[in-house]
Amino acid sequence: MPSVQHVSARNGDVVLLVGTMKGAFVLRSNGARKKWDVGGPYSVGSPVYAMALDQRQGRRRLWWAQQSFRWGTTLLSSDDFGKTATEPQTYSVKFPAESSLTLKNIWQICLPANEPETLYCGVEPSALFVSRDAGKNWSPVKGLLEHPHRAKWTPGGGGMCLHTVLPHPANSKNMIVAMSTGGAYRTDDGGETWQARNQGIRADFLPEKYPEFGQCVHKIVRDPAQPQRLYLQNHWGLYRSDNNGDSWQDIAKGVPSDFGFCMVVHPHDTETVYIVPIESDEYRCMPEAKLRVYSTRNGGKSWEPLTRGLPQKNALETVLRDSLATDTCDPAGIYFGTRSGKVYGSNNSGKSWQLIHEGLPSVVCVRAALVGDGAGNSPRKRGRAEKSKTGTTQKKSAHGKKPPAKRAPARQLSGKK
Amino acid sequence: MAVTFRIPNYLAAFAGNSSAVKLDGSPATVRDALETLWQLHPGLRDRIVDEQGAVRQHVNIFVGEESIRFGDGLATPVPAGAEILIVPAVSGG
Repeated sequence: MPSVQHVSARNGDVVLLVGTMKGAFVLRSNGARKKWDVGGPYSVGSPVYAMALDQRQGRRRLWWAQQSFRWGTTLLSSDDFGKTATEPQTYSVKFPAESSLTLKNIWQICLPANEPETLYCGVEPSALFVSRDAGKNWSPVKGLLEHPHRAKWTPGGGGMCLHTVLPHPANSKNMIVAMSTGGAYRTDDGGETWQARNQGIRADFLPEKYPEFGQCVHKIVRDPAQPQRLYLQNHWGLYRSDNNGDSWQDIAKGVPSDFGFCMVVHPHDTETVYIVPIESDEYRCMPEAKLRVYSTRNGGKSWEPLTRGLPQKNALETVLRDSLATDTCDPAGIYFGTRSGKVYGSNNSGKSWQLIHEGLPSVVCVRAALVGDGAGNSPRKRGRAEKSKTGTTQKKSAHGKKPPAKRAPARQLSGKK
Repeated sequence: MAVTFRIPNYLAAFAGNSSAVKLDGSPATVRDALETLWQLHPGLRDRIVDEQGAVRQHVNIFVGEESIRFGDGLATPVPAGAEILIVPAVSGG
């Protein structure tokens, strides 16, 4: 077994949570984000597809999903960045016997900022679980578990996974989720019912190219300043929705490929999105063997490559759907991990990159957090250490956008009891 | 005679840090023996069987030297004094 290292982090530090096919790692840096300590591996030998740092309500709780080939999948937590972990005696995320389903993996841990005791897990086979007591007890969301489309959802290459969970920041009855395959689904009534929201999204692998559902959506993200605006990386296709998923428009102009897995939004700059295009669904590596992050700063009207510091030849790399992340500092940090076990980072919103760490097992998850910002995994606060007086702040003012107002939840998603 | 479970290293933490658990009584089948084991050590259940009660794909259970996969599964009879081995399968990647 490898020796396990630990990191300790203080307020103002930035941590990277890196899930790999052989365990979880925690990387720590100060606000400059130039030098990184590496902690881990935790859950040695097990794939870790989902990680999150819950900093709501004064917590500093690291969550990760351990998928043991032998002993099944469970959530673990740690209040000291992995040094001591809590593995529950009885698994907390599991399907009811009457569902005839068995949990294969947990793909997403979501911490809604406006509901500090609530956590969501997106799992394989496709389902959504919710906890209302900060992660102690979990139950499946019945409206999705018993959805009439379930029998026609089919697994993609990674399994039949619900990998995207996007609560609406201003309306707790509203949430959009995405699965491969199946596509995007939205609830407007707190999880009682879910409607397919795939109008305009192509399904090249089906006889009908624009079906109601069945698309292989790889990732959806929400614009922080315009919560009705969503961006979507499809299995072939880049899209934007200006109406919370009711319809989607193609925005794949100026990218070397509209195939890819990952996508994130800038934490502060509206209309700024990052992707890592991949050559095709057969080859699944960087186009022209150049490692390029692409970014739009105008909601998808145009895209530009961000390459400074990234290898531009012989880069036969792949970045998977949850392996691209941002922190909440200003300027924002952008990070990604590759299937070849490298982690790259930018401490200036993508203008330049550095190789942070290499030699890891295949990376399947990257999350970033500013320690002490008090938020979940989609916070909006800025790093104290690196506030800028120009740049993103001015741009946001120029757009005249304000962050979404917080509102008390009117109704919560209902879990199956 | 008592039935004894042999516990693999990973699961020992959920069995009072023991590599062997001796059961009182005479369970008729592997299922009966497991139910008794889980009453003593609840943390073992979810790691050995899934939500539907099936032995996990990469977990093998032997009664003596015989795998229950080639017997009657969880209904495999347990002779008095038998050893029941829980063994992680050859798997991974």
